[in-house]
Amino acid sequence: MKAARRLDGWTARRAVVLAVLLTVYPSSRLVAQDTSAVDRGVRIGLTYRPGVRPGMVVLPGRGPVLDSVRAIVARDLDYSDRFELITLPGGDSLRATAMAPAARSPTPPTRGSGGAAAAAGLNYPLYQALGADFAVTLTSAPGDTQVVAVHDVAGGGVRREFRVHLPPLTDPGFRMAVHRLSDRALEAALGVGGIAATRVLYVMEGKVYAIDQDGADQRLVSSSDHAALSPAWATDGRRFAYMEFWEGHGRLFVQDVASGKRAGVATSGQALDFTPAFSPDGKTLAFSRATEEGTDLYTVNIKDGCCLQRLTVGRFYDNLSPTYSPDGQRLAFVSTRAGLPQIYAMAADGTDQQLLAPFDYGATGSSNAPEWSPDGQSVAFHRDVGGTLQVFVLDVRTRAVRQLTSVGRNEDPTWAPDSRHMAFVSDRSGYRQLWIIDLETGRIRPLLQKSGARLPAWSPRLPETASSTP
Amino acid sequence: MKRLSLLLLGGLAVAAVAACGGKQPEPPAPAPGPNADSIAAADKARADSMAAAQAEADRRAREEAERRQRMADSLAAMGRSTEAVKTLLGTMIHFDFDKAIIRGGDAAILDQKVAILQANPGLRIRLSGHCDERGSDEYNLALGNRRATAAKQYLVSHGIDAGRIETASYGEERPLDPGHNEEAWAKNRRDETEILAGGDALKQP
Repeated sequence: MKAARRLDGWTARRAVVLAVLLTVYPSSRLVAQDTSAVDRGVRIGLTYRPGVRPGMVVLPGRGPVLDSVRAIVARDLDYSDRFELITLPGGDSLRATAMAPAARSPTPPTRGSGGAAAAAGLNYPLYQALGADFAVTLTSAPGDTQVVAVHDVAGGGVRREFRVHLPPLTDPGFRMAVHRLSDRALEAALGVGGIAATRVLYVMEGKVYAIDQDGADQRLVSSSDHAALSPAWATDGRRFAYMEFWEGHGRLFVQDVASGKRAGVATSGQALDFTPAFSPDGKTLAFSRATEEGTDLYTVNIKDGCCLQRLTVGRFYDNLSPTYSPDGQRLAFVSTRAGLPQIYAMAADGTDQQLLAPFDYGATGSSNAPEWSPDGQSVAFHRDVGGTLQVFVLDVRTRAVRQLTSVGRNEDPTWAPDSRHMAFVSDRSGYRQLWIIDLETGRIRPLLQKSGARLPAWSPRLPETASSTP
Repeated sequence: MKRLSLLLLGGLAVAAVAACGGKQPEPPAPAPGPNADSIAAADKARADSMAAAQAEADRRAREEAERRQRMADSLAAMGRSTEAVKTLLGTMIHFDFDKAIIRGGDAAILDQKVAILQANPGLRIRLSGHCDERGSDEYNLALGNRRATAAKQYLVSHGIDAGRIETASYGEERPLDPGHNEEAWAKNRRDETEILAGGDALKQP
């Protein structure tokens, strides 16, 4: 109104005409569906700001373990790389001062009684001023239950609320339960799956370890006297496979996550078998077998422990490192059929073999360690660039290859279940250790500050029963 | 001659007269026991035989000791030879980066292995291929396998039964030199030879 008064007469008249036209032909605007124009004063949902991530604030909780829970949840949401995590100025004390103005403001629309409780004392305007689009609150309820509310700050209300049961802080499953809470909060806010409830397997000094994606809860999972290599997850997250050296042979083992029990793969033991990969249905294990004829790809039915099948026949070249497409129809692998190792693909039965990642003969360096992304769209691998290794991503549809890293030596990429994060080995800090990169933002963080960790394998989203171990 | 005969005859006559004359006063000396001389002789003989036996025993012992010494010496020599053969057999061959081709100079090392395997038919070995840390961890298992197989093919093509040679690959998992430079890498790109059976006493080829 103030602005209208400042307009000169001509502009005011034109505005009136425009208003009349809009009144007369309202349907014309609806038909046009011009989404580039912004409707002022009408808010339908979230505003999409290209290149800017929604702000998120995780508010201090009230309850015995909620400081720990809050810290883990805030870190998980930060590590999802989908939010700008907002730290409250003045720390936790802000919540107390924020309660007064919040109480004066009209009660925000909430769903459910717990929501009202959780929303009490929230200063939406303040959080909005700080840039938050979402706020997460944690409230203890009777019976070891936590009420988690995801607030839409701009809308001034609870977007979604759910209750979770958390085991005691000392329980080995505590952290994974909190990670699962984080993933639910992420899904409530953005409708996408998270990666908080995942673990990464890796090899260090010949043993297989597992670690939470946030770098906590590192645990030894294979304690055999034999040196181990190449851990690989089953897509249900309940089993993993790996290889061990036995008297000059390479034996494959499949280990149950919950029980920790392992079994040798039936047809393995008399040759050098390595780089196991589960088919998405979990029934088949593809692997490389080195014999005096060379190295070739085989599959074995691990459900019935039978039916060894040979997929490649290369008497004068090697075929190794299989990785299934998520639909189980195809396998990407490494082959030296053109000289240096490069990335090829074939049908899961070994037919229709073809080059997957294009290369310039005589110019492109060795390419190894392919892993198909969980969304099926990409294959990550590493390639020799000027005598050192770098991580590359291949777009399966366009066959375009993109170099992802350039600092130091970077190798053995493994996809997170969201297909946008990747763990890999890098010596960028001076020694070889595990790092995580977000392909969308380019943000990079160390997963494990320990020298010698290698061959990482990122788990799928872990099922509830497999949470405590490994 | 004649004079000597006469003298002898004369001597005999005198002796006969003397014998006849010594009959009366002196009784013949009583025989000393059964036979003193024989006892003494027996004693002496016994002593002699004991001495002889002792000497013989000493000689035998000496001989035995010598024999033992000789045996020990020869065993030691054989052991030394086994060690020498083992050392020879254990000589490593090396490879160029990302290659599994036997170098010209290393063929002589493999020829020695051929000779040792031919001289010791009971010997069974395992060739294991190793790589440097520069390549991909998993690819190096395939590369190490090719390096071991290349050496085996050389031995087999020079007349060694393929059944006597196993192959293995450890990729870059067992470096000899933990360094991160070309010197270390060159040492680590190798084939090792390990004795599986028949290595207790090895003959020189």
